[in-house]
Amino acid sequence: MAFLEFSDISKTYPGVKALSSVSFGVRKGSVHGLMGENGAGKSTLIRLLSGDQRADEGEIRIDGNTQAYASTRDAFDAGVVVVHQELQLVPELSVAENLRLGRFPARGGVVGFRALFEEVGRVLKEIGIDVDPRARVSSLSIGERQMIEIAKAVMIDARVLALDEPTSSLSSRESEVLFRLIDRLRQAGKVIIYVSHRLDEIFRLCDGCTVLRDGRLAAHHETMEVVTRDRLVSEMVGREIADIWGWRPRESGAVRLSVQGLHGPRVPEPASFEARAGEILGFFGLVGAGRSELMRLVYGADQPNGGSVALDGAPLALGSPRRSIRAGLVLCPEDRKADGIVQGRSVGENVVIASRRHYSPLGVINPRREASVADRFIEALRIRTPSRRQDIVNLSGGNQQKVILARWLSEPGINVLIVDEPTRGIDVGAKAEIYDILYRLAEQGVAIVVVSSELPEVMGISDRILVMCERRIAAEFKRGEFTEGVLLAAALPDRQTPQTAAQRA
Amino acid sequence: MTATLKRVLLGEQGLLVIFVLAFAVVSLTVPNFLSERNILGLLQSVVTIGIVACTMMFCLASRDFDLSVGSIVAFAGMVAVMVSNSTGSIPLGLLAALLAGTLVGLVNGVVIAKLHINALITTLATMQIVRGLALLASDGRAVGINDPTFYSLALSRFLGIPTPVWIMAALFVVFAFVLNRTVFGRNTLAIGGNPEASRLAGVDVDWSRIWIFALQGLVCAVAGILLASRITSGQPNAATGLELSVISACVLGGVSLAGGRASMSGVIVGVMILGIAENVMNLLNIQAFYQYLVRGSILLLAVLLDNLRTRALVRR
Repeated sequence: MAFLEFSDISKTYPGVKALSSVSFGVRKGSVHGLMGENGAGKSTLIRLLSGDQRADEGEIRIDGNTQAYASTRDAFDAGVVVVHQELQLVPELSVAENLRLGRFPARGGVVGFRALFEEVGRVLKEIGIDVDPRARVSSLSIGERQMIEIAKAVMIDARVLALDEPTSSLSSRESEVLFRLIDRLRQAGKVIIYVSHRLDEIFRLCDGCTVLRDGRLAAHHETMEVVTRDRLVSEMVGREIADIWGWRPRESGAVRLSVQGLHGPRVPEPASFEARAGEILGFFGLVGAGRSELMRLVYGADQPNGGSVALDGAPLALGSPRRSIRAGLVLCPEDRKADGIVQGRSVGENVVIASRRHYSPLGVINPRREASVADRFIEALRIRTPSRRQDIVNLSGGNQQKVILARWLSEPGINVLIVDEPTRGIDVGAKAEIYDILYRLAEQGVAIVVVSSELPEVMGISDRILVMCERRIAAEFKRGEFTEGVLLAAALPDRQTPQTAAQRA
Repeated sequence: MTATLKRVLLGEQGLLVIFVLAFAVVSLTVPNFLSERNILGLLQSVVTIGIVACTMMFCLASRDFDLSVGSIVAFAGMVAVMVSNSTGSIPLGLLAALLAGTLVGLVNGVVIAKLHINALITTLATMQIVRGLALLASDGRAVGINDPTFYSLALSRFLGIPTPVWIMAALFVVFAFVLNRTVFGRNTLAIGGNPEASRLAGVDVDWSRIWIFALQGLVCAVAGILLASRITSGQPNAATGLELSVISACVLGGVSLAGGRASMSGVIVGVMILGIAENVMNLLNIQAFYQYLVRGSILLLAVLLDNLRTRALVRR
């Protein structure tokens, strides 16, 4: 008997049927995977479950009772908690205060801190989170904050927990701690809906899973016993994807990007590397290994303390993204939301923001030309948007990433493209499309630098891989030389000194 | 019925619809409102706010704020009058005023963009400094204009419409073009949407912000000159509280304080709504103190409407 049931759920947004009669149930004490490409309807379903929005048709039942909640508050009271990718904690307050926010143990308005710390300490211990309840949230790692967010749900005795891509910003070690916490919650009889693009996590964690495609139920598996990876992928995309990497051999030419002795605030040791025309150079490392920091120095997003960057042999003025772009060096940043998209502006504006200068004499823009450029790339990169006028925040992560790529593809004469986490939070189908774009650019002679935390991805698409460890380049491998084992071994610090432990935390 | 009403009011042109309705109601019910004399008076009364709102729109659209506009208007007016009087040359006086305004704006911009001081604090400081300069320049007294040509500036007409109204209209056209059709205008909106992403996309954020404030100073000087000309003297206490009226007009016109959203037509409507409210109350002989209540209420209502509209957009 299913404890949580979705029955004939439909939801329409203007112009889009987000969900059409989706029904499935989840047993008590189980972890259930929810999968699908971006735009398949996962987020909508979670939004309905969280009470943020209401279904047009159908109902949600918990323990046999139809839920008619109209707000997130109601859902909360019904014991449903959604942990979003963006965490909702107050960084300046302690862990304990965050966990009891709005419900402090108090007498006459005076907070009983001792009782508060004791109670929270007990709960944290019970569910196996090793964090001091007195610690300020701002001093915790992202992984620990994620646990605190889940602990919050446990504190209010939630019956249903939905986790939306909880590991997207966690290192593999942090993820493992999270998985153990989830295992414990399963044993405690909770229902856990687990949304993720990472297939290995689904197999590691879930008792069953549901696949959505284009707002419909594509597959529902009560158990994972007979389910294979390939089957899930084909259910998600509705077609067979033989090899999502699709790597193809290519000639590499002369050195395009040459970085010599570059160092800066968060990259203390001088780093040097080269990338050749037509080459895809992967950068692998654990979270905090300094890859993104190094790339920001190369691009000029941060001011380096020393070193040099040369493009096709010509020295580049450091510390200015503007000059880097004009020299043909561009970066797709790691944090799309903070550093990539311009919120509140249209898809079209986001595409042409950099390249419009080429056809804006005296700073006067050419709307017709901008429209045609935007439309061309929306079509070429298959960006799913109602039109170029759509506000970019309404696009899914994968499509936002494609807009950022389009921004640089519309720039004539780029020589070096740095992509930091090209497919973070992006579904399988869009991933393959993004890889294909990278290959085509490489074939045109662009040098491509890919930073990724996903081992299969780095191995799948790179011609050569540099491994960073503790903020320096630790090893280099050519295609054919690298295996998961050697890459991981190079990425792990030799000895766990107190200093490195602190850095990772 | 209610659904259609909702769509019209919360749509892109919601404010315009309300404005047209209000204008129609006022025209029909308030005696003398539609007379040529009154309409011209109304337009002339919004010249200062209207002119300064042009560049305040850019300021707000890029997520910044400028509190010093009222002081710059008064200061520039003083400079125009005093330099004209002492040199005997009006062009020289006007030039000095324009330079002075631009200079203050430039200082604002450089401090905010290059020294990374919060715009609210910076302009709060310059607002007081510049007001102080205006007071010091004349020992706190008003300075009369010697050469009558100066005040004929505000009295002169072209095609029956006062010159200041023409200037305001011209600035509306110029800044609508700058906002919508130039890289500078689009970059301003992009900076308001996400400054860091704009910088990484190659937008020269510092340079744009400095320009926005310098332009604001220049435009304030224009407003200051016209104001001095209209009141036939340089008044160190002129235009106090102007910053709040101008920001109100912009917000009324749908400019988002969070940046990234602005339209010239909206701002014009915002300016006109404030002007009409004041004008109608004058015509109806309502005590001036009530105007504060009405202005405040209009602002609150406008923000509420904007809030509803944003939420309607998000739902889509």
